[in-house]
Amino acid sequence: MNPAVLALEDGTVFEGMSFGAPAERAGEVVFNTAITGYQEIFTDPSYAGQIVVLTNPEIGNYGANDSDNEAAKPHIEGLVVREFSLLASNWRADQTARQFLAGNNVPVIAGIDTRALVRHLRSRGVMRGVLSATTTDASVLIERAKNSPSMSGLDLATRVSTRERYEWLKPVEPCSPSDLEGEAADPRFHVVAYDFGIKRNILRRLRQCGCRLTVVPAGTTAEETLALKPDGIFLSNGPGDPEPLEFQAAQVRKLIGRAPIFGICLGHQILGLALGAKTYKLKFGHRGANHPVLNKITGKVEITSHNHGFAVDPDSLDAGKIEITHTNLNDGTLEGYRHREYPVFCVQYHPEAAPGPHDSRYLFEDFVKLMEQHAPAK
Amino acid sequence: MPRRNDLHRILIVGSGPIVIGQACEFDYSGAQACKALRAEGYEVVLINSNPATIMTDPNLADRTYVEPLSVEFAEEVIRRERPDALLSTVGGQTGLNLSVALAEAGVLDRYGVELIGAKIDSIKKAEDRLLFKDAMRKIGLDLPQSQLVNSVEKGLEFAARIGYPVILRPSFTLGGTGGGIAYHREDLEEILERGLELSPVHEVLIEENVLGWKEFELEVMRDLADNAIIVCSIENFDPMGVHTGDSITVAPAQTLTDREYQMMRDAALACLREIGVDTGGSNVQFAIDPKTGRMVIVEMNPRVSRSSALASKATGFPIAKIAAKLAVGYRLDEIKNDITRKTPACFEPSIDYVVVKIPRWQFEKFPGSQPVLGTQMKSVGEVMAIGRTFKQALGKGMRSLETGKSEAAAQYSADLIEPRLITPNPERLGYIRFAFESGYTEEQVHALTSIDPWFLRQIREMVDLEKSGGSLATATREQLLAFKRDGLSDARIARMWNTDALAVRDKRKQLGVTAVFNRVDTCAAEFESFTPYLYSSYESECEAHPAQKKKVVILGSGPNRIGQGIEFDYCCCHASFALQEFGVESIMVNCNPETVSTDYDTSDRLYFEPLTLEEVLNICDTEKPDGVIVQFGGQTPLTLALPLKAAGVPIIGTDPENIDLAEDRKRFGKLLDDLKIPAPANGSATNVEEACAIARSIGFPVLVRPSYVLGGRAMVIAYDEDTVRRYMREAVVFSQDRPVLIDRFLEDATEVDVDAIADSSGVVLVAGIMEHIEEAGVHSGDSSCVLPATSLSAEVLATIRSYTERLARALRVIGLMNVQYAVKDGVTYVLEVNPRASRTVPYVSKATGVALPKIAVGVMLGSRIADFTDARGVLNVPQFFVKSPVFPFNKFPGVDPTLGPEMRSTGEVMGVGENFGEAFAKAQLSAGTPLPDKGRVFLSVNDRDKAAATALAKRFHELGFEITATRGTAAAIRAAGLPVKTVFKVNEGRPNSVDLMKSAAVDLVIYTATSGAHAFSDEKAIRKTALTHRVPCITTMSGARAVVEAIASRRRDPIRVWSLQEIHGAARVSAS
Repeated sequence: MNPAVLALEDGTVFEGMSFGAPAERAGEVVFNTAITGYQEIFTDPSYAGQIVVLTNPEIGNYGANDSDNEAAKPHIEGLVVREFSLLASNWRADQTARQFLAGNNVPVIAGIDTRALVRHLRSRGVMRGVLSATTTDASVLIERAKNSPSMSGLDLATRVSTRERYEWLKPVEPCSPSDLEGEAADPRFHVVAYDFGIKRNILRRLRQCGCRLTVVPAGTTAEETLALKPDGIFLSNGPGDPEPLEFQAAQVRKLIGRAPIFGICLGHQILGLALGAKTYKLKFGHRGANHPVLNKITGKVEITSHNHGFAVDPDSLDAGKIEITHTNLNDGTLEGYRHREYPVFCVQYHPEAAPGPHDSRYLFEDFVKLMEQHAPAK
Repeated sequence: MPRRNDLHRILIVGSGPIVIGQACEFDYSGAQACKALRAEGYEVVLINSNPATIMTDPNLADRTYVEPLSVEFAEEVIRRERPDALLSTVGGQTGLNLSVALAEAGVLDRYGVELIGAKIDSIKKAEDRLLFKDAMRKIGLDLPQSQLVNSVEKGLEFAARIGYPVILRPSFTLGGTGGGIAYHREDLEEILERGLELSPVHEVLIEENVLGWKEFELEVMRDLADNAIIVCSIENFDPMGVHTGDSITVAPAQTLTDREYQMMRDAALACLREIGVDTGGSNVQFAIDPKTGRMVIVEMNPRVSRSSALASKATGFPIAKIAAKLAVGYRLDEIKNDITRKTPACFEPSIDYVVVKIPRWQFEKFPGSQPVLGTQMKSVGEVMAIGRTFKQALGKGMRSLETGKSEAAAQYSADLIEPRLITPNPERLGYIRFAFESGYTEEQVHALTSIDPWFLRQIREMVDLEKSGGSLATATREQLLAFKRDGLSDARIARMWNTDALAVRDKRKQLGVTAVFNRVDTCAAEFESFTPYLYSSYESECEAHPAQKKKVVILGSGPNRIGQGIEFDYCCCHASFALQEFGVESIMVNCNPETVSTDYDTSDRLYFEPLTLEEVLNICDTEKPDGVIVQFGGQTPLTLALPLKAAGVPIIGTDPENIDLAEDRKRFGKLLDDLKIPAPANGSATNVEEACAIARSIGFPVLVRPSYVLGGRAMVIAYDEDTVRRYMREAVVFSQDRPVLIDRFLEDATEVDVDAIADSSGVVLVAGIMEHIEEAGVHSGDSSCVLPATSLSAEVLATIRSYTERLARALRVIGLMNVQYAVKDGVTYVLEVNPRASRTVPYVSKATGVALPKIAVGVMLGSRIADFTDARGVLNVPQFFVKSPVFPFNKFPGVDPTLGPEMRSTGEVMGVGENFGEAFAKAQLSAGTPLPDKGRVFLSVNDRDKAAATALAKRFHELGFEITATRGTAAAIRAAGLPVKTVFKVNEGRPNSVDLMKSAAVDLVIYTATSGAHAFSDEKAIRKTALTHRVPCITTMSGARAVVEAIASRRRDPIRVWSLQEIHGAARVSAS
């Protein structure tokens, strides 16, 4: 087994073994506390520019399979784990996790004290790092980490977005003979989905509840979108800092009131910017599948899937126009809001799960209902 | 939804005695519930028949009733206390069943008691197989094909339709009692017949075979607002076919994709909602076909369970405590997470380590039983281990078991590999390792066991590592670190390198390979943890952060086993509470997930670690305690006492040298001689002839036993030389170092157990003089006993007190001591002295109202007994308290349910009364062998007992019983002018005594063995029939006399109950 090194910009160095591609990558080092769903994490485009530490110490156990991908390929820059299984033990697996990552040129470091690393990131905040399976010279790697681009101010959404507009047709595929996922509803509504790094499960879920989808690049103008005659507009999740996405915020501002809008994660942040709110960077973000979110409308708590390093400042939202609908019970951060006047709503977390609990699936139905209510007379 | 203000007083029902399938996990859940509800300002009334529990401590509830868990006694408690509500979900199956019975008997309605936790309809829906099946079908969940049958014919018919093998599950039995797997028609007939009989509703579920499927459990919680969370996922290492209580289990689940896991989560939540568990915790079990992914729901428990105790310890999320709060109206998001303090309890714990639970079995205690695992639980205890990886956790788990067996493969036989892999059994894990060592591939082992390949890969890699060679001299830091990170013990490495464990320890410390401690924090380090709940690892940073204050470490008792169970956990917990009260930091070390001691709330700091020298020394290196207490955890910490002392660890209390002295026959014999205290004649032998010679010189009968008890090998009472000879040849392992011990057996002696406390000034307080009800020869743990003694003369009592004081002073006891005496013909003999806490400490504490462990800790810290109590001499006992054992014989078909010098009971109950008979009757009722108050008594006694039997018969006749006896006994009774029917012995003809029992014509059996050690088939048949037909069977004359007293009380005394608080008034022990 070859050595691998993870060096952080503050000079902290972890030495371990390389279990992935013989590559070197820089990125923001972040941690995710989800116990299941590593493959969905690897392939979530929101992780572009990030080296991901998984807190679950045993990773790779169930291998990788085609249908759990959230994008065509992994988007994480690198993976940091305690133990990495070379055996794939699950009837759904069609390759090992190692084959999957190495085949996609993603470096993996295993055997390091991930808990110590997570505690470090928790107390110091997330920071840049370099994961190398090609060099073991720590001082060189620390320098490279220091010189790597900072997440703040970086437009990663455009980088991961689709180049071309496309139609999405696939509903949710049952994962087992016992899966209770029913047939997809007939596509009654045309939804234009902005791809800022969209996860496939959002598309599958929208298709499942009766949407016909046109996925458009992050640079699509409001006019182009409206020309597609959408019944609803969806603003996707995506990587990085929302602040540089001024163009997108401007387009969204023009779209408010023209069709029902639903935003998730980065989409929620862009909506916030469009509505004049401010965003800020969280110390170490929310990444996991166990965050409690209070739905203020129903009074119920949802256990939710998270992946964000930035958040919308609730105090910067115009309370006259905006109603806060969801709040995080762990730290009180804003998790969702809706427009008091227009059919616009969004959440910071991931109702499409993948990975994570399904408690918030109703939001997709809510979107469909909103489109029903606002459907132009045909 | 805040706390309910319409409730003021809440009744909690405990789970009764420890039995297989229902152990001290319910003391943990009950104790948590008591604490949580009282902290919310509710008055708590508790009923539980088990005196060994923490929950029945007078401090934990406002009113504590150690009374039978029967409808009539519970009703009396309700009548007196008028609770507003009954919490039914924290007392295991027993608690749930009693709650249902109280509701169905109309008691709850009559007194206006609301059932909280789970409603009757939900309980029925979850527990009734048919209703459950319908409910699950309704929400679209798949189940194995199944049918409820109430006759063997129906069963055969259904099995023929779905094909063999089939699984059998009797309705409403504990821990799957009476269940099994039938591979063919004959099996089915046998198991089904037994199952129908054992099921209180005569109903058995026959189920499609899902053997070999992957098995999972989810621990779910839900509040009144319908917020629901999964606390923990558990994957069974052993696939379907082995009871989950007998499976090695792993948390979190290791081999599920998120899609599968979420599908299971959705199903568990849907199940909870459909069953209608409004508040609290439930456990839902699933099976997945490893080939197709088909998932079926296996069962759900609408209450706190063994798995929820495990899940609580595995995650740091206190399920029972939260369940109690939810039951009184709180929402999950209104309750804080104790560990992070900032975040709410409404979340799903994330863990960044792996937890492995391994059961502990004791088939060797039940000769004749098949050491095979199936759908009926057989394990008597379990250990849990936490490691950063699966390998580390598994390694720790194996050494936590204290099976006395080394991890080396030497004792395995190549011929047995395949049978031991195919049929699940207690040695399977060992045989998997051995198979890999012997060259089996992962594929081969998988084909034989159906165990998931991922687990097998982990084990194979561990085996490979152990073969990687090296030596102490050439060891490198990297190599040792790799070994330690993969869970290898110093002892294991020492065996590989032909050296000793302490040398390995020194070497690795030299090389800087030292254990660090990580925290269990519910959140995988996402938030700061405020609770020092720790486990060791070989990671890079230590999170122990020891406090700079006076601190004492308490070593716990490890996995429950027969003879070392909850009683010791009671002592350890009390020691911890006492330390905290005295302002000393308490640090608990234990590895048993069922216990109160491993609750992160019990001590100031908790180290969830194996109780091995290596792990304890690692903790001492980090904590540098001012003292370590070894006398509360039973044998487990005692075996560590001398090596710990040698390593410079400060043991407080009685010096380990003196503890050792008491166990060394030669030195102890000399001490007794010096003190002029008589003991039965004895000797030791290292070969057959020597043993026979000693036996002859001592005189028969003799008690023969090994000096070193390995896995509880049998002792025997030998009435002749042949038996000694046979025992030496067949039953015992001995050597020059480990001779066989031979004692004169005092027949018909009265045995007495004494618990005492001594302080460093030599003051001795005799806490309890317990008179055994069975004669000497029955293990003290298996004998009923009574406080105060009822038949001992003042002179004997004075002698006992005097001997106890002299022994305590001679051994310089500081803390607790237990002495066993036998009284015969007015002479008091010492049988055994144990300068440590005994099994009876909780019972004595409850009978006297004095918390013995607290005083013991006080004196260990240097105080005097007089600082805590004004009592002198012998503690007063205000009423009669009978302790009775509970046996697991119904779990081991084929085993002769007889009592002897080998302990076989798993638990105990206590009966309280104004007279002995009343207390004994209650104890018998609580122990599951209620005595009849009318009907027919069957007597068959040996010649020695004929006179006594006649006297008994007279009493039974006066009480209105009809009497039947075998020929000789009947003749004696008839001679006394009493009416008696004669019946054949088993070998004399028919109808015989066994036929009589089978036709339910007998309500009570009194049977004493024909003198000598020869077991007649007659005796065995009678005992077994009595057991299966639930006829009380008394095998000693002293026991029979107690039974008459009890029956007389049942006829005379009203149903009455007393709370411990009213018996003992205000606490007598001051705070110091």
